[in-house]
Amino acid sequence: MAEPPALIDLQGVRKVYRMGEHDVPALRGVSLAIHPGEFVAIMGSSGSGKSTLMNILGGLDRPTAGVYKLDGIDVADLSRDELARIRGMKIGFVFQSFNLLARTSALENVEMPLLYGHRISSRERRERAHECLKRVGLADRWHHHPSQLSGGQQQRVAIARALVNRPRLLLADEPTGNLDSKVTAEIMALMQRLNDEGLTIALVTHEPDVALHSKRKVVVRDGLVVEDSQVENRVLAANLHVDDTGKAIA
Amino acid sequence: MIFMTLRIAVRALGRNKVRSVLTMLGVIIGVAAVIVTVAIGQGATHSVQKQIQSMGSNQLIIMPGSTSSGAMQMGVGAAQTLSPNDEKAIIRECPSADMAAVIIRTRAQIVYGAINWAPATVQGCDPDYLGVREWPVTEGDCFTDKDVKLAAQVCLIGTTVVKQVFPNENPVGKRFRVKGLPFKVVGVLDKKGSNAWGQDQDDVLLMPWTTVKKKLQGNTFNTVDQIMVTARSAGLMNQLEDELHACLRAQHKCPRNLKGEVEEDFQIRNLQEIMNSQAAITKLMTLLLSGVAAVSLLVGGIGIMNIMLVSVTERTREIGLRMAVGARGIDILSQFLVEAVTLSGLGGLIGTLSGSGMALLVAKLAHWPAFISPQAIGIAMGFSAAVGVFFGFYPAWRASQLDPIEALRYE
Repeated sequence: MAEPPALIDLQGVRKVYRMGEHDVPALRGVSLAIHPGEFVAIMGSSGSGKSTLMNILGGLDRPTAGVYKLDGIDVADLSRDELARIRGMKIGFVFQSFNLLARTSALENVEMPLLYGHRISSRERRERAHECLKRVGLADRWHHHPSQLSGGQQQRVAIARALVNRPRLLLADEPTGNLDSKVTAEIMALMQRLNDEGLTIALVTHEPDVALHSKRKVVVRDGLVVEDSQVENRVLAANLHVDDTGKAIA
Repeated sequence: MIFMTLRIAVRALGRNKVRSVLTMLGVIIGVAAVIVTVAIGQGATHSVQKQIQSMGSNQLIIMPGSTSSGAMQMGVGAAQTLSPNDEKAIIRECPSADMAAVIIRTRAQIVYGAINWAPATVQGCDPDYLGVREWPVTEGDCFTDKDVKLAAQVCLIGTTVVKQVFPNENPVGKRFRVKGLPFKVVGVLDKKGSNAWGQDQDDVLLMPWTTVKKKLQGNTFNTVDQIMVTARSAGLMNQLEDELHACLRAQHKCPRNLKGEVEEDFQIRNLQEIMNSQAAITKLMTLLLSGVAAVSLLVGGIGIMNIMLVSVTERTREIGLRMAVGARGIDILSQFLVEAVTLSGLGGLIGTLSGSGMALLVAKLAHWPAFISPQAIGIAMGFSAAVGVFFGFYPAWRASQLDPIEALRYE
């Protein structure tokens, strides 16, 4: 069976930061392919280079050397603005700290990415935002401001915002880092459901428990991929229930 | 897209209402100051111009010279150095002169039935006077040159006199008495309002100068108090003045003194020049105040820049987020630029409204004529928007140059 073309194709990617007079290598030759429909957890301790890898995957940064093709497009030659356009069209970002706009309704937060580069009417924008809020189970909270929502709800709004541009890749950077285990389970269940619906997800985390929800685990250390394996004993968050102490058990 | 950006900007400003209003205050005060000063300045200029127009344009007034020397040497009557012959000579010999009129002033009381009224101005003149003053007759007709020749007992009256003496009648054709003599009203003068010194110009009684001389004063000297002359155009005023000097020196055979200077027994006054200098002072004041207003607008602009820089720093993460989800540098630049222009533009609008209100208030309370010109409003609004663009650009540019990774990580 012929493999479908990779959505993400990294070949010998290096990234070197200049700190004063010294060159500090963050990535020292990473090759990685992610295919449509995958759910990849990228793991590593701080300083391992996983944040750099994540920035490159997200098109926020460009490799110093090597080739990165996102959905067949080589990002190395793209200008700042072209990169911004690619991000806006192909990637949905979820952050650890949610990064919602304060004093702005959930609906408007979700609509926001559609203001850039998407030529659609305000009515369609509104409809798509509503639809995404429905997908994350917050259809009835569309008018709430972030301060009126719990942490888990805020992260759901952020996920809805990441979905609104119909991305090829959902890039989540420690999405459960600020959440307790019960809410973590809810968010992971949501991500698994989205993955089941066909969305490709790359999840950056340092928590092994969280990584167990994915299908494939990539471990980065000292700027190199040191482990790339299928996840065995995958946890399906939807089947979890939470005991009284808030600890999730299988 | 611009509409979207505007909406985002208004939303962002709405999140910090107090701060936005305080930031706008600088521009509001600046623009209001511009509007008020220009309105008051232009009002003053306007009223001066109106007064100049009410006097008649391109006008020179010839008056007898200082009476002292002449009076001491030659007796009282000789102080009256101007005569109707001078008027004829002026028309004959001065090519720049358009019209000329002689004037004799006197005081007199009108008696009409039980009504007594002493007009502020009682003058003898000739029909050309109305041309010189650009003063039409609204009802009836002016008296004629023949009336002047015959010293006829006819007269023209102003609207104030009509109000006082003929409150409920048409005065034309009516007769009243002046110093016991019957006078027939042949016409009513158009309303002119008050002159530059606040005197009511419509409280006036005009009659042929010969009538004043022969009938009212019983005077046989053929002299007049003033001669008014108009130039053919405003540009000929100075030339006319020179021609008048030459003409009257010859007419009066003015002697030279020991130093060889001609001693003139008349004076020529150019009222317009006085008015013009008055207008120039007003203009200078307006310019000065506008300068002060411009400086306060500048300070307002710096305030906007300051707040926009703070805002960019505060919203670094928001900028990073917007960039991550696809905003280009230009999108961020225009967002912050539109915010700054909205601040200054809104400030300009509020400033214009409050400035206009204040100008009207000043006009009402201080009885000072205020003229709110659309031009001043346009300039003030345009200037305040320009302030927004100018002072908003640097903060907006800084925002657009942020690195999305750094910005997202900013605490």
